[in-house]
Amino acid sequence: MTKKSILVKFSATGLLVFCAMFLFRKGETTYPYQNIQALNSNCPPGFKLNDKNECISQNLYKQYSSSNDPGVGGLKTALPEVREGFSPQEIDLGRYLFFDPVLSGTGTISCATCHNPKKGFSDGLATSTGANNHKLKRAAPTLWNVAYDKLFLWDGGAHSLEEQMRMPLFSEYEMANTPENLLNTINSIENYRDLFAEAFTHRDPTKEITLDEIFTSLVAFESSLVSLNSKYDQYAHGYHQALNQQEIEGLNIFRSFVARCAECHTPPLFTNQQIAVIGVPEPDGLPLDPGAQVPYRDSTMRGGFKVPSLRNITKTAPYMHSGTFATLREAVEFYNDGRGHAVPKGEHLRIHWHIWEPDLSDYEMDRIVDFLKTLTDESFMPKIPEEVPSGLKPTVSI
Amino acid sequence: MNKKSGLLKVLGAIVLLAVGVVIGKSLFSNKVPASVPIPSTMKYRSVGQTKDTSQAANKELFSGKIIAVKDGASIQKAVDEAVPGDLVQVYPGTYHETVFIDKDNISFQGIIINDEWPTLDGNKKLNDAFLYSGNGISIENFKIQNYKGNGIMGQAGNNFTIRHNWIIDTGVYGIFPQYGKNGLVEHNILTKIADAAIYIGMCDNVDVKYNEVYGNVAGIEIENSRHCLVEGNYTHDNTGGILAFLTPGLPIKTVYDVIIRNNFVINNNHENFAAPGSIVAGVPVGTGILVMAADDVIIENNFITDNDNSGITIVDLPTGAPTANDPNSEPNPDRLIILDNIMINNGNNPVGEIKALMLSQFKTKGPDILAMGGGVGNTIRDKNRYRTYGLGDYGPAPITDTKDITTMTFDEPVAPRSVSEHELGELTYYGICAGCHAYQNRLIGVPMQVIQGIYHDNPQGIVDYITNPKNLRENYPDMPKQDYLSDEAKMAVAKYILDMKQ
Repeated sequence: MTKKSILVKFSATGLLVFCAMFLFRKGETTYPYQNIQALNSNCPPGFKLNDKNECISQNLYKQYSSSNDPGVGGLKTALPEVREGFSPQEIDLGRYLFFDPVLSGTGTISCATCHNPKKGFSDGLATSTGANNHKLKRAAPTLWNVAYDKLFLWDGGAHSLEEQMRMPLFSEYEMANTPENLLNTINSIENYRDLFAEAFTHRDPTKEITLDEIFTSLVAFESSLVSLNSKYDQYAHGYHQALNQQEIEGLNIFRSFVARCAECHTPPLFTNQQIAVIGVPEPDGLPLDPGAQVPYRDSTMRGGFKVPSLRNITKTAPYMHSGTFATLREAVEFYNDGRGHAVPKGEHLRIHWHIWEPDLSDYEMDRIVDFLKTLTDESFMPKIPEEVPSGLKPTVSI
Repeated sequence: MNKKSGLLKVLGAIVLLAVGVVIGKSLFSNKVPASVPIPSTMKYRSVGQTKDTSQAANKELFSGKIIAVKDGASIQKAVDEAVPGDLVQVYPGTYHETVFIDKDNISFQGIIINDEWPTLDGNKKLNDAFLYSGNGISIENFKIQNYKGNGIMGQAGNNFTIRHNWIIDTGVYGIFPQYGKNGLVEHNILTKIADAAIYIGMCDNVDVKYNEVYGNVAGIEIENSRHCLVEGNYTHDNTGGILAFLTPGLPIKTVYDVIIRNNFVINNNHENFAAPGSIVAGVPVGTGILVMAADDVIIENNFITDNDNSGITIVDLPTGAPTANDPNSEPNPDRLIILDNIMINNGNNPVGEIKALMLSQFKTKGPDILAMGGGVGNTIRDKNRYRTYGLGDYGPAPITDTKDITTMTFDEPVAPRSVSEHELGELTYYGICAGCHAYQNRLIGVPMQVIQGIYHDNPQGIVDYITNPKNLRENYPDMPKQDYLSDEAKMAVAKYILDMKQ
């Protein structure tokens, strides 16, 4: 290497350092009161940044196709269409909002209160607890892989995450906020005004933050919660040693037409995203939850609920829409106990045709549970922020 | 002495003869496999002499090794050993196992010797005989009996061939490909199945030809599938012969372009022994062909005789399905075409709803053809031939025959989606590595820039490291082994990492 080229390199490096320092200083002067870091400009794991500053999902399932594109099938089947294309800044801002209790009317509940990352983005309760300790009627569903969902809420009453999040935010029993109060609160926090201006660059930074921007950020963060690297996935991609003998037996029972688990909990997401009436009993003393009958105004759908994904299922006990079953084994056993065995007297539910009496042995049910445990992967767990823009303490769980 | 030597001679001759027989047997017994047919994925029909394109699904030629499985051995063990392109030949014997195939392009061929079949027997304890998820699976010449779930079940495998199997009492379904594209189900015999003997579920482009199905609840069922040809089957003595169903609540919401032609649909009057609550539990005894909410179905040139309830029944979902409604399932059968069929002696003993309907018309006999509920654009070629009910708005058929359609399968196998090495590297990097690594800074592991410096021009070095990582740095956690990645993916991601610019 000649002296000249070394000189050129040194001066180029110097120039870069100078520019970086200049930019950094400029950043400081623009946001003098900012007490948290500006937004992340990298995509979360599982996403690649494209030249439009959009995060595009990347995973090994993109090697495969899915006929008719519903994203259901066998081991090497493509996933359903994904919500993606959010900017790294939108995603990161969503992360702050998600953990910030300022989103609730009481200032005590954040999204993470019921969707706790340490509990599979659920809360470990049979049914969740809302504002003023109000006991809710249903369990908090996991948020892993919601980017692939088309139907939301247990009763399938929402068709987008934006539509869904209005329910908890503005329900007096859940986060007990109102659209007006939420906007006033967020707009009154200077940190948020700066961060929203950074995330939503196409608008006038002096303009007010809008509800749509809040929703978009939260959807962006939720859509980044991807779990597709479980032991099962390794098996599916062709590494058959990933599962042991008992787990493989469990897989085969799971997908056989005797147990029929895979008919509704269909790979690769382990849900076919349909509404099913399966006749789960409510916990002691609670009346039957009419489920999908209400939003669809259809009595044939009475007692119908969305088929949930089983990914990370070990993390989200207790199970079913109102947490009737404490363990996976009990949940599996429910399906073995006979069609409609727990339907309350006087109810005539149109139980799904796949619910029958499979007559599985204890051994077989144990193997199904073994298999369900292979669906766990939290390698892309997001970081819980140490502080949130409102200055309140980030809230996780109650 | 003479006598003795004579006796010895005789004895000696006998011994020699016996030795000869033993040697001969041991020599010539090996000849038996000489009668074994050639590997199944080779074309053994006289291609081109007939318009029959049964071999369309089999263009992928057998290319690998032959793995023989003899009585007492395990078929699954052969599958574990097999690689794409291999053929597993199974010799006569009884095999008590569930064979699952999560690999592509494996063929299974039973070797039938002296009418002795290789038999998979579930003893009514095992769930399924064959369970596959791979593409290009071919299964032929097996006797399958006494399972609880299925004889042969596929989940998402394309380009399947299931033929020449003899399936008895295998529980819910006999042959059940699901989510598959481009398949052939032909020349199978199925009986004593408590739901559909042959069930094409959420598939595309499948031919079901020349099968015999009898003594089942449903003979052949095409459900939520498109582009299916049901031809030349002998469906007799079931509860219902041939069904084209749209079932609500499934993730694939349509069934259309189904041709049902040249079948024998005869005497389907078996008592309904389906499990309570199943969809086919509602199929009335004496049903020939049943169309529920399926679109663009053509029924042509079938022999439909001696079905006691009705020859052809066409219903919408509210009439036919006892299930919860599905707002995304269109509930009516539309644009059905009934061409000429031979229909005699149907409706001799109508039951349930049809019986009540007929009584209201002062008739005791069920119809040849009955339609109930909604539906638009339905047509029939020669309505006057048949005793019909509910066909008032059926216009004249727009076509006379379907002879130009010889198959619904493709000439070439459906190609799997292929990704380039660069794409595979990218999917692997962002889908897995990015959980711990970034390009410039440290997340959990070392920045990729540093890796580039170490492994410059040496992707194999990265492959070796990720297969068996050693912790070389202080204050860094152990990297988990990435040995589960295929060799291809490991090399692709190594090259991708070395090429990264940001």
